[in-house]
Amino acid sequence: MEEQHSHSSDSNYKDANREALIGVGLVIFNFIWWFAFAYGLGGKDPSEYTYAFGLPAWFFYSCVLGFVVMAILVTIVVKKWFVEIPFDEEGEEK
Amino acid sequence: MNWQALVPLIGVLLVIFGAGVWAGKHIRSSNTFMQDYFLGGRNLGGFVLAMTMTATYGSASSFIGGPGTAYTEGLGWVLLAMTQVSTGYFVLMVLGKKFAIVTRQYKAVTMVDFLKERYRSKWVVLFSAFSIIIFLFSAMAAQWIGGARLIESLVGIPYTTALFIFALFVLIYVTIGGFRAVALTDAIQGTIMFVGTLILLIATIIAGGGLSNIMSNLTAENPNLITPYGAEGTLTPAFVSSFWILVGVGVVALPQITVRAMSYKDSRSMHRAIIIGTIVVGVIMLNMHLIGVFARPILPGIEVGDRVMPLIALEVLPNWLAGIVLAAPMAAIMSTVDSLLLLVSSAIVKDVYLNYVESKASHQRVKRLSIGITAVLGIIVFLMALNPPDLIIWLNLFAFGGLEAAFIWPIVMGLYWKKGNKYGAFASMVTGVGFYILSDTFFPQPFGLHSVVLPVAVSFFAYVLVSLGTQDRVMNQASR
Repeated sequence: MEEQHSHSSDSNYKDANREALIGVGLVIFNFIWWFAFAYGLGGKDPSEYTYAFGLPAWFFYSCVLGFVVMAILVTIVVKKWFVEIPFDEEGEEK
Repeated sequence: MNWQALVPLIGVLLVIFGAGVWAGKHIRSSNTFMQDYFLGGRNLGGFVLAMTMTATYGSASSFIGGPGTAYTEGLGWVLLAMTQVSTGYFVLMVLGKKFAIVTRQYKAVTMVDFLKERYRSKWVVLFSAFSIIIFLFSAMAAQWIGGARLIESLVGIPYTTALFIFALFVLIYVTIGGFRAVALTDAIQGTIMFVGTLILLIATIIAGGGLSNIMSNLTAENPNLITPYGAEGTLTPAFVSSFWILVGVGVVALPQITVRAMSYKDSRSMHRAIIIGTIVVGVIMLNMHLIGVFARPILPGIEVGDRVMPLIALEVLPNWLAGIVLAAPMAAIMSTVDSLLLLVSSAIVKDVYLNYVESKASHQRVKRLSIGITAVLGIIVFLMALNPPDLIIWLNLFAFGGLEAAFIWPIVMGLYWKKGNKYGAFASMVTGVGFYILSDTFFPQPFGLHSVVLPVAVSFFAYVLVSLGTQDRVMNQASR
């Protein structure tokens, strides 16, 4: 790997590193959303629970809405910020 | 015997079987056997990639108990299961394009190939191959037992006969088809799981008299069932959050997942797979576990967790539809078994035999060996599943955590940190596995966390500190 990198492969790696960081960012956001709603709303006595669409509110916001939000967020992130790069150009040189 | 349910089930399995045979034809006519048999020729498109990833994640959840546990614990277990949504995007984003580019450069076919090229150390390779063989072999044996139990309770035939049918079926198409067959059948199975759990969830809600009715029935039985804390209040936030490591981000280090992350065609397939995968994983996890919870008021008093899915399907659906829908859990188990079988055989043939026994083995010989070893492994697992030894059960319990503790840092840091070296990797693997086994045996749930969390943290420091501490030594070796 220590051979000279062409400019394009360096920028490919830069894109790949950035996308990995985006993945980490998404998972942290996902965790906070999931945790905050589950234990924030679900921490009280079941008799005081409010309901959303027939499910306990903590569960609806944490698991159902949380999942929908993540699916939308992932779609936007991938479409907007992920770049298409070729994988093979370097492997073929040898 | 329930023929009305059985005929559609067999029909679905035959379709899957046909796909395996069809994919196998392609293998026989190809020249790059190794890449094809174990990787599907690095040619997977977005949809197939997403589905094969999903089917493989899905089995990580059968490891944590799935719908049966949700039946016992209530909504708290669904909350726990939803940590798996993160795998849908996290794995492909983090391993991502860097992994795809690097494994192509290395011409890596397995995860161990990657580690071998990255660290150039015999000990790293042997330790990895050994961990894979031990941990995955046990995981696989447990899955076979599960598969046979499902057939047994569904069809009403003795366990041994059920096991035999299951084994024959799996063996034939893994042996002839290789990775492409597995990926393709995963795609079919993933689709069945997606649609099947959706139908079953809706039917279950209707049978339970609507969501509000189900919720008030659950509350009447035990209010804890609708809290995040589990039926006995034992699911603490720290313990449940640990599953973000065990079945969420840690999944990045499972060999059956990484091998998929090197098998796709181009970055476009990967982008599609991230989106499709996230949605499909989320829907399947949510549905499957909600079905378990909602089944409780409809069919109270089921003792064996594994029987919740078959029983509720036969209860709320017409028989023929139950047969088709039940192909879903069946499919989940089978797809795990296939991919694990393939991985263990690739660890033996590629990582150990070709590297250290006979490196110049002829093409023909490698091919015969791969197919032969896959078949022999299958037979050994079959014999073990007939009368499972206790050791296997015990090993399976922490197979996934063990693999994660071993591989997460050598892979992730190996990819993104230039200073990481073979000493760090080896130290990290040994500390990870060792500490995990110790922790699991002597102080399970330290600080209320699942026993996988601390070893993952400790092995990170082992990797970094040892790598930094041996920089000079590596420099000397390189300059010599």
